Amino acid sequence: MPSSEGAVKALSLGFTTAYLSLIVVLPIAALVWASRANGVSSFWSVATAPEALAALKLSLGAAAVVAGLNAVLGTITAWVLVRDEFRGKQLVNAVIDLPFALPTIVAGLTLMALYGPSSPVGIDIAFTRTAIVAALLFVTLPFVVRTVQPVLLELSPEAEEAARSLGAGELRVFRSIVLPNILPGILSGVALAFARAVGEIGALVLISGNLPFRTEVASVFVFTHIESGDQAGAAAVAVVMLAISFAVLLVIGGVRFLATRHERA
Amino acid sequence: MFSISIDKHRNRIVLAAAVAAALALAAGAAAHPTGTTLSLVGYSTPKAVMGKIVQAWQQTPAGTGVSVNQSYGASTDQARAVAQGLKADLVFLSTGDDVNLLVDAGLVNQNWDEQAYDGIAADTVVVFAVRPGNPKHIKSWADLVRPGIQVITPNPFSSGSAKWNILAAYGAERRLGKTDKQATQYVEQLFRHVVSQDLSGRNATNTFLAGKGDVLITYESEALNSRMNGQDIQYVIPRQTMLIQLPIAVLKSSPNVDKANRFIQYVKSDPAQDLLAQYGFRPVDPRTAKKYADKYPTRPGMFKVGDKYIGGWRAADKVWFQPTTGRMAKIEQAVGGPTAG
Amino acid sequence: MHRYVLRFTALGYLLVVLLAPLSMVFWRAFDDGAGHLWRSLSDPNTVHALKITLLITAIAVPLNTLFGVICALAIVRQRFPGAGIVNALVDLPLALSPVVVGLSLFLLFGRTGWFGPWFDDHGIQILFALPSMVIATIFVSLPFVAREVVPTLREIGDEQEQAAHTLGAGPWATFWRITLPSIRWAVIYGVVLTTARCLGEYGAVAVVSGHIEGQTETATLRVQDAYENFDLPGAYGISLVLAVLSVAVLVGITLLKPKEAR
Repeated sequence: MPSSEGAVKALSLGFTTAYLSLIVVLPIAALVWASRANGVSSFWSVATAPEALAALKLSLGAAAVVAGLNAVLGTITAWVLVRDEFRGKQLVNAVIDLPFALPTIVAGLTLMALYGPSSPVGIDIAFTRTAIVAALLFVTLPFVVRTVQPVLLELSPEAEEAARSLGAGELRVFRSIVLPNILPGILSGVALAFARAVGEIGALVLISGNLPFRTEVASVFVFTHIESGDQAGAAAVAVVMLAISFAVLLVIGGVRFLATRHERA
Repeated sequence: MFSISIDKHRNRIVLAAAVAAALALAAGAAAHPTGTTLSLVGYSTPKAVMGKIVQAWQQTPAGTGVSVNQSYGASTDQARAVAQGLKADLVFLSTGDDVNLLVDAGLVNQNWDEQAYDGIAADTVVVFAVRPGNPKHIKSWADLVRPGIQVITPNPFSSGSAKWNILAAYGAERRLGKTDKQATQYVEQLFRHVVSQDLSGRNATNTFLAGKGDVLITYESEALNSRMNGQDIQYVIPRQTMLIQLPIAVLKSSPNVDKANRFIQYVKSDPAQDLLAQYGFRPVDPRTAKKYADKYPTRPGMFKVGDKYIGGWRAADKVWFQPTTGRMAKIEQAVGGPTAG
Repeated sequence: MHRYVLRFTALGYLLVVLLAPLSMVFWRAFDDGAGHLWRSLSDPNTVHALKITLLITAIAVPLNTLFGVICALAIVRQRFPGAGIVNALVDLPLALSPVVVGLSLFLLFGRTGWFGPWFDDHGIQILFALPSMVIATIFVSLPFVAREVVPTLREIGDEQEQAAHTLGAGPWATFWRITLPSIRWAVIYGVVLTTARCLGEYGAVAVVSGHIEGQTETATLRVQDAYENFDLPGAYGISLVLAVLSVAVLVGITLLKPKEAR
């Protein structure tokens, strides 16, 4: 029934656009509007001021490192949770989402207690960039794991078994059979992890030290400008963060598109 | 084939239960106020004592039958929320700066600081929290800039506490005879010793208690509050210190201005002032202050924000705390920025 | 051999980054004893806050699930111009720091905002009341279901749906009997992530809630409150409740999945 199918497609597209416009585009539009309140030249001077640039560099750099670590460690974790069997696996699987369910201040408190000045294991990374990466790893942990898991679960093992029976080594099997299939999942998770890491504030405020130019992340910079009444300046940096994240997300989407073009061939 | 009919049934029941639960929650969550309701918006530290004061006031004739909605959070956040429409009849904040925010929004009268006790409900002072036994012998502002001393103070752009600390540091130096330039240089030197600029006073206390730093610049009320909650914290009141004045003000748009003013009067009167003193705040009422004189020693070098070297909150804000042109912005750049040594 | 290397790596990573902090939450919640913890959890304001959190979650999760599935289908199965932009827009809420989310809602619904005065004139309260808290939570938890479903949809391809189409099945039947069962794990994990995110949201809701005790506080705001008052066991205790709720949702929804014939 082509007409009902067409209607369904139009409806779903319409719903998607309407929902996105209302929930996502509208607030962002308000933000962009506020950032130009003092004029375009003021926008640039605030966004490129030394402190803002330092904060942006720190946030983007940390987010990139964390996204990369997640790509590898998250995939390994997903693999182990799907393909491996060990005592306590169900429990481990159940707690993967907890970094989302816990308020971010708890992340900061526990990381400070474990890896700060009074650390029971003798590690003190508080107020260093390592602490920033550690806190971000905590809050982004579920992303790649949970986007790769469903794909792995749907992956039938026949192709891998066939390859193995033909003599291919494990690494070869992974690289040529498993990886192409889970790559979209990995890239999805990486995009999410990157976006979240760029904007994170709660888990970082206790453990990073917030020293301007050194350990102050972009979101803290934005926060302090909001608090001190410089709404336009805050909005300007927030818009820059958004624009960069948007660009990165588009690029990752593009990579995903290219990487999966064999499916559309 | 799929056993879809059974699952559909089960899923439908679960969905219905979820909707029913949501509706029940919504019904239960709706507030049904009767009689007069006052909305008090305050900053975070006095939450416990204000709860007690509200309860005590509700036993008096003026407060009988009045329900009081209470909201506590970071001072500037609360001020901004009220400016954006958070319902409030009165505010109790940690700096006059935040009350001026509401004056500028047209919500509080300009003469708020001409009320009883200059519009202040309670005082406290800037102190140095130190490690047990004060191993580094920190007593004065000069000690804070000795080589190797690590200082904790919050970020001045997000924390009222930090503003008091900075003005206290500057004012102390001016009172010791330094010039404006020298005193400002002292503040810059101080910030070279700062190892963490937490976003709030409470976070700074937490950082210090977690083991970082040799000294924390904080409010006396914050230190006493931590002690009351079981934290082992020792503090020193420097000779030159600033009197932190905590303002309370009524909103002129309030539909219950009279009731709100009655409550504010109560807060400045004996029973409430006594409670405040018990909870770590210095009373403004002279009789109560005398009663607790031992708990709250004075210092010869105590000064206020209205002092001639500072000139009040409006002036201090313009000189020190403008986000890009203020002295603190320049100091942060000098200490941490690309031109820093 | 390499199986043990992988397992060791994964578990080591999880131990340092996840399991150690989680154990700390569990451990420290009981620092003042179970009795004290119970008293602090049964405080009327805390109970109310938990109800508010659950209410907001109950609204945001179904809406975002519906959106996520429909959006994923639109992105993957329909080749419309701008699909890449829609794709990136879906992830964008995450890139906004929670404070900025709050700021943008002020810009929209505040006293001097775009729509604030209109709502004020009509007596509808958005900010410092439930509506803005729900909007903020929907915003921050928007991407997850879509993000889970898109890779799985790409992975499974649409041969089965094509087959159903040629056999004369309508779009609804095709969706319900073929597409939905094949993306069930993606939807399950998406819902679990969305729920967890709604339970744990703090920053954006903190800005727009107004912190009114007994009225507009959520569980995470109570955690912050407990922290401010040096009641760390209380803070960890409420966090523990949120963690238990999140795990319960995962367990519950995994049990709910429709049976499949394989």
